[in-house]
Amino acid sequence: MKQVLVVLVEDKPGVLNRVASLFRRRNFNIESLVVGPCEIPHASRLTIVTGEEEYLRRNIIRQNLLKLINVIDVQDVTDLPCVIREHALIKIKVDGTRRGEVMDLVDMYRARIVDVGIETLIVEVTGEASKIESIIELLEPFGILELNRAGKVAMVRGNGSAPGNKLLPDRENGSLPQASPKSI
Amino acid sequence: MGKSKRELTGAEIIWESLVREGVEVIFGYPGGAILPAYDALNKYRKKIHHVLVRHEQGAAHMADGYARASGKVGVAIATSGPGATNLITGLATAMMDSSPIVCITGQVGSTAIGSDAFQETDITGATLPVTKHSYLVMDVDDLAESIREAFYIARTGRPGPVLIDIPKDVQTAKTVFEYPTAPIDLPGYHPPECATDEQVAAALELINTAERPVILAGQGVLQSHAMGPLRELAEQGQIPVTPTLLGIGSLPASHPLNLGMMGMHGTGAANHAIQAADLLIACGMRFDDRVTGKLQTYSPNSKKIHIDIDASELNKNIRVEVAIHANLSTVLKQFNGGVKPRNHNDWMATIKTWQDDADEREVLNMKTPTLLGAQAVRAIWEGTQGKALIVTDVGQHQMLEAQYYLHDEPYTLITSGGAGTMGFALPAAIGAAFHETDREIWVIVGDGGIQMNIQELATAVQEQSNIKIAIINNGYLGMVRQWQQMFYDARYVETPISSPDYLLIAQAYGMPGYRVDRLEDIPATMQKAQSHEGPVLVEFMVEQHDVVYPMVPAGADLHAMIRRPLKQFEMDT
Ligand SMILES: Cc1ncc(C[n+]2csc(CCOP(=O)(O)OP(=O)(O)O)c2C)c(N)n1
Repeated sequence: MKQVLVVLVEDKPGVLNRVASLFRRRNFNIESLVVGPCEIPHASRLTIVTGEEEYLRRNIIRQNLLKLINVIDVQDVTDLPCVIREHALIKIKVDGTRRGEVMDLVDMYRARIVDVGIETLIVEVTGEASKIESIIELLEPFGILELNRAGKVAMVRGNGSAPGNKLLPDRENGSLPQASPKSI
Repeated sequence: MGKSKRELTGAEIIWESLVREGVEVIFGYPGGAILPAYDALNKYRKKIHHVLVRHEQGAAHMADGYARASGKVGVAIATSGPGATNLITGLATAMMDSSPIVCITGQVGSTAIGSDAFQETDITGATLPVTKHSYLVMDVDDLAESIREAFYIARTGRPGPVLIDIPKDVQTAKTVFEYPTAPIDLPGYHPPECATDEQVAAALELINTAERPVILAGQGVLQSHAMGPLRELAEQGQIPVTPTLLGIGSLPASHPLNLGMMGMHGTGAANHAIQAADLLIACGMRFDDRVTGKLQTYSPNSKKIHIDIDASELNKNIRVEVAIHANLSTVLKQFNGGVKPRNHNDWMATIKTWQDDADEREVLNMKTPTLLGAQAVRAIWEGTQGKALIVTDVGQHQMLEAQYYLHDEPYTLITSGGAGTMGFALPAAIGAAFHETDREIWVIVGDGGIQMNIQELATAVQEQSNIKIAIINNGYLGMVRQWQQMFYDARYVETPISSPDYLLIAQAYGMPGYRVDRLEDIPATMQKAQSHEGPVLVEFMVEQHDVVYPMVPAGADLHAMIRRPLKQFEMDT
């Protein structure tokens, strides 16, 4: 499983730059990164998908993020039950004759049409990556004029939302750094 | 806002805040964007001594040297653009060696930021990878708190450099000044303290059952003042100790359990012991490639305990059985009640055979036709009774210092380890001299490195820094020449380096200068140098083609050391 991190940061200028610079400098991969405001004032939440799968390497990434002064908390949700969603806007070329076909597809995927032009439609779709990929594939034959995909956002199911450290998978063989109160 | 409260300019707030942080000396160089701060300095001269450097890189290294000598935060100040970028090597050096410094830079006016204004550089952006944290202060109301946080971040946890960039208009804007006293509120920053009971138990189990344990002592020992608990652990368990370059001084060099430095130019005993160990106790060190050699073959049969205040260092290069993210000194104290008295007689006997082998190859026991760097360093050790604060540059002389200057006291060696920054020693020593006013200070520097920040000789004279500068002149960029000799078929491409006449240099800058090229003349020359207060230059003319042994080639197995050939010279009887 590729690592998914949910990161709480102080909402200060340059924070995203610090996170991105860390990934570049440490030669970590970012597959996707989404940032937005959250329920805590003066804080933002990021979802980062890294290329890393191996536990110790994943922990190094997490600890490096925690080292950033403006990073408040980092949850590694990779092994936790999560809702993970992507979002896409797809503009397709379609004239009146084939609109119906598109509408059917959109219904089947529980997507939405959010803009209708004379020869274009914008389809909005939310879901797991596989769902997005599959609707893209089906819309391809109509002619995709523009595709704009946002990265993944993740949230732990049930009660497991509070501070991330508690959620780190517990490994009790003593061989791993404890889910630390907070790195520096 | 009570009427009694004074309004101050941002420039005044800078100095008021520094005074409250206990700053007594600051190293800097003025320029347009920092002029308001310099103007305001005039009112604070009694409280803070400003050292005018000759290049901002020197200012950063001086702050670093001061920080390493004193354990306090060192401070440098510079203007925007080129002034700020000149600090970067110093920031990177401090970052790699976890040295607490705060650098203050002027910035163009806040409304001009982003317009490529004259002398505008995005210095917070440019220094992102080489600072622990940084601030661009856009509002004078945030200035005092930013400075307070910067000092706190620099000196706590794993220490490191913090940069504060202050636009010119923020320096001239006024606000009511009150230095905050509330606890610092950094929701994402809480340096750890103790190990958990389970971690202590797991570590003690390994320590009390090990047959061939070794303690690796890094700079964390010195930074967390863990010398006492470290020594207790070593003595109680009879566990040999090997320091990293920056860990030198964590256990007296003359202590029977001290094996000498580990790593690329470490002692045979230390490296072989690490390779043969069944337990490594890594204390405040980070398994840098210069100490591990090839990772895949590093200490293959040992269990490992790693204690570090930076969790991102744990399991980074070397996988360990017990990883403890905490303050080293606290953890060692937690251990110490539970360490069983042991004697590792067999293990110590094995180690002794490696030490005996090194003695047979010891160049100090040989008659050499010319003065060697090793002999020069040992003579400096003798001439200072081993009690000086030594500040070294980077190269062969640095490694020879680590091998031949035996440090019995902590905090008596300052050197650029992680970054290996040539040009570091002279300015770092000038900085250190502001703290170490009683201890003798010697700079040990190559003929390459001294020419890299030679302009700071003017600063040394201006400040009458009480430093003795030993230039170990081998006519080459010696350490690079050594690599060329060993790994590039002795093609000495661009490593012979000429020098000015250093005695004339000394004279021109206004300090005494001496030259020595025979071992027997060193004591008298040193005495002359030592009899002067203030900076003195001493040039040691040494053998050009000697190399530093032992050497583990980069990326080779740690035990695959190239050692000095037996009988390279006749034994001195
Ligand atoms: C700023 C910088 N540039 C280049 C190097 C690469 N380098 C490492 S050691 C060395 C030679 C140093 O020569 P010298 O100062 O004469 O000391 P020696 O090795 O001869 O004792 C060089 C060039 C470096 N460490 N730092």
